[in-house]
Amino acid sequence: MSKEVKKTKISERRKFFTLLAQNAGLGVMGGLLWAGYASKAKSSPLTLRPPAALKEDDFLRTCIKCGLCSEACYNRPSNIDKETGKPRGRTLKMAKAEDNVTIGTPFFTPRDVPCYMCEDIPCVPVCPTEALDPLLVTNDKNELDPNMMDMGIAVVDQNSCIAFWGIQCDACYRACPLLDVAISLEYDRNERTGKHAFLKPIVHMNACTGCGLCEQACVTEKAAIFVQPREVALGRPGDHYVKGWDKKDQQRIQNRVDKDVTTHDKRSAKKPEDYLNMGVEY
Amino acid sequence: MKWSNYKYLILRRITQLSLLFLYFAGNIYGWKVLSGDLSSSSLFSTIPLSDPFAILQMLAAGATIGVNAIVGAVLITLFYGLIGGRAFCSWVCPVNMITDLANWLRRVLYLDKIERKVWASRNIRYYMLGLALIVSFISGLAAFEIISPITILNRGVVFGFGAGSGLLIAIFLFDLFVLKNGWCGHICPLGGVHSMIGKMNFVRVKHNSDNCTLCMKCKDVCPESQVLGMIGKRSEFVVKAECTNCGRCVDVCDDDALGFNIRNILNDTKGEKL
Repeated sequence: MSKEVKKTKISERRKFFTLLAQNAGLGVMGGLLWAGYASKAKSSPLTLRPPAALKEDDFLRTCIKCGLCSEACYNRPSNIDKETGKPRGRTLKMAKAEDNVTIGTPFFTPRDVPCYMCEDIPCVPVCPTEALDPLLVTNDKNELDPNMMDMGIAVVDQNSCIAFWGIQCDACYRACPLLDVAISLEYDRNERTGKHAFLKPIVHMNACTGCGLCEQACVTEKAAIFVQPREVALGRPGDHYVKGWDKKDQQRIQNRVDKDVTTHDKRSAKKPEDYLNMGVEY
Repeated sequence: MKWSNYKYLILRRITQLSLLFLYFAGNIYGWKVLSGDLSSSSLFSTIPLSDPFAILQMLAAGATIGVNAIVGAVLITLFYGLIGGRAFCSWVCPVNMITDLANWLRRVLYLDKIERKVWASRNIRYYMLGLALIVSFISGLAAFEIISPITILNRGVVFGFGAGSGLLIAIFLFDLFVLKNGWCGHICPLGGVHSMIGKMNFVRVKHNSDNCTLCMKCKDVCPESQVLGMIGKRSEFVVKAECTNCGRCVDVCDDDALGFNIRNILNDTKGEKL
């Protein structure tokens, strides 16, 4: 007599649902890992993009990583420098895995090779996906205008800028393609010596395009003036503060959406006299 | 060694390497024949070409894409949809050279005979494709483009290699030691996209079973051997979408039982009558 072997019966239905769960589980696991890597890959807030790039989030989803901008840039290896006979350094580099920039996307490092703000902005119209949007650098006369570029803003570290020490240096001021517009020199009396002047570089945020010529020209070991994306370098005062002496700024008050600014809570429901006198014995 | 046994292999290598060189020359020497890379390029500075899968992911990520890139993707889709089939994978994609090398080493070192067999579904690529679109949608970033070894290799040749090259070595080792034809034949979602695009194309391999001696050399070299199910049984076209039109089976066949032919898709989907 053969011994009866107890076998758990696996029904077709159980098999179907188990396989379904297995595959779905694998998919979710892969998806989570993948999405985790994607969000890590996205976080490169210090990246300087080519001119006329969309806002970083939109740029990242729209850039197809083809490198046509980099190949059209004036500073490309195929554009031989006639003076030295050597290939030029590259302004727009395509990010490698180790660059801490979303892989394959174009960026530039001004200290190495800045953007020279070409008149015809060759890098922008070649973009097939319009991640570099020509409209962002097109002026009223419908021509490409390098002064409308907005790659970032130059920031001066007053602690390491030798001009702020009192040593005469105007390297950044003279390197700036928008001389006296984007960077101006503020003259100040040097109280320490009593007879010398400070020539302090001041960056004007409305004019600076973030080309980085100043950063490249800076004479200190590590640049004391450097370009940062505007999102990183600039603060935001909010709507509450208005320049009372500036008619244009005062317009903002009129443009402001009328919203209730009174606090509503338990205490404010009563009159001030009521809650101030609360619990007071007469 | 007979020339006819390597004809398509040599032609493919020439095509792959010249495309890579044209991209490289576009960047380094400023040639205008083909500039950009396989994600999106410009032919003679006028005709845009772009990767339809990259465009799909970008759309899923919520991008508004310029006309040029869309036109480029349509052109590529039409070319492979009508003529090339899945030829991108074997005639253009540079990773094919890496995985073919792994596959060849597997054969000459008898790895298949020694190591244990690992099974994986050939449909993983289609799940990867779907997952890529979902992750693109969630993360707002074309998801496969940040991990794709194809673009890493392509950009490496054109703009210089970086730390991403590690992935290429990983894929080589994976194909060599873990899973036969693992990357190109199972996982790569771009292969999935090109299989779908090229499903109904005209140029296909046709088998003539009257000439077949059942030597099975074709199945041995085929990276997608499941498409050769009719060998020795029926005279018909290779109809499965996953065939990459690489022509290796045509090369190795000594009996004139395999050859490229024009499939008349309108009258005859199976190609049995031809």
